[in-house]
Amino acid sequence: MTPEIIIEVIVAALLLFSGVVVLIAALGLWRLADFFQRMHAPALASTLAAWLVTFASIIYFSTRGETLALHVWLIIIVLSITAPVTTIILARAALFRRRRTGDPLPPPLRNQSTPPLS
Amino acid sequence: MSVLLSLAITLTLMLYVIAMSIGLWRLVRGPSAQDRVLALDFLYIVGMLLMLVLAIRYNSEMYFEGALLMVLFGFVGSVALAKFLLRGEAI
Repeated sequence: MTPEIIIEVIVAALLLFSGVVVLIAALGLWRLADFFQRMHAPALASTLAAWLVTFASIIYFSTRGETLALHVWLIIIVLSITAPVTTIILARAALFRRRRTGDPLPPPLRNQSTPPLS
Repeated sequence: MSVLLSLAITLTLMLYVIAMSIGLWRLVRGPSAQDRVLALDFLYIVGMLLMLVLAIRYNSEMYFEGALLMVLFGFVGSVALAKFLLRGEAI
């Protein structure tokens, strides 16, 4: 067991795990019933799978070259800023469209700790 | 690159392609417009991950710029489409 073999095993395991996570996210996008349930599934791909691939890439390129290859963090930083913005704007658009067409809305939260604004 | 790592990369790419075809099915089929926007965002993210895996496969750092551009264009496209669904105008 040389160190190169161990590093390649770690990278391969991270990549395979990210592939399985992305497949689970796609199955959630396929099988879940409602739009507001389906919104949860792609978050798995944009958080866990992206982190796993980033770690695999950092480990691979840092042990391959002489320097520490940390520039892949930039993708994670940009993704963690932009993914919640997209999700919230899309959820508001879906709520707006459902209210306008009169389709059933998801029920409000019960036992709220803060009183509703009115 | 050993046989194990190239086999794992091939299998990961196959899993990504299966996930992208499911997302494409949702994009074509999707009952409402917001489902299609969600599927397009998912396709952008999986494409970005695929570029990062290809960077390891071909041992080239040039793919990072492509992946970063895919994140930024996916964000701009998804937000513009969602704003269009919300107000009827993009900007």
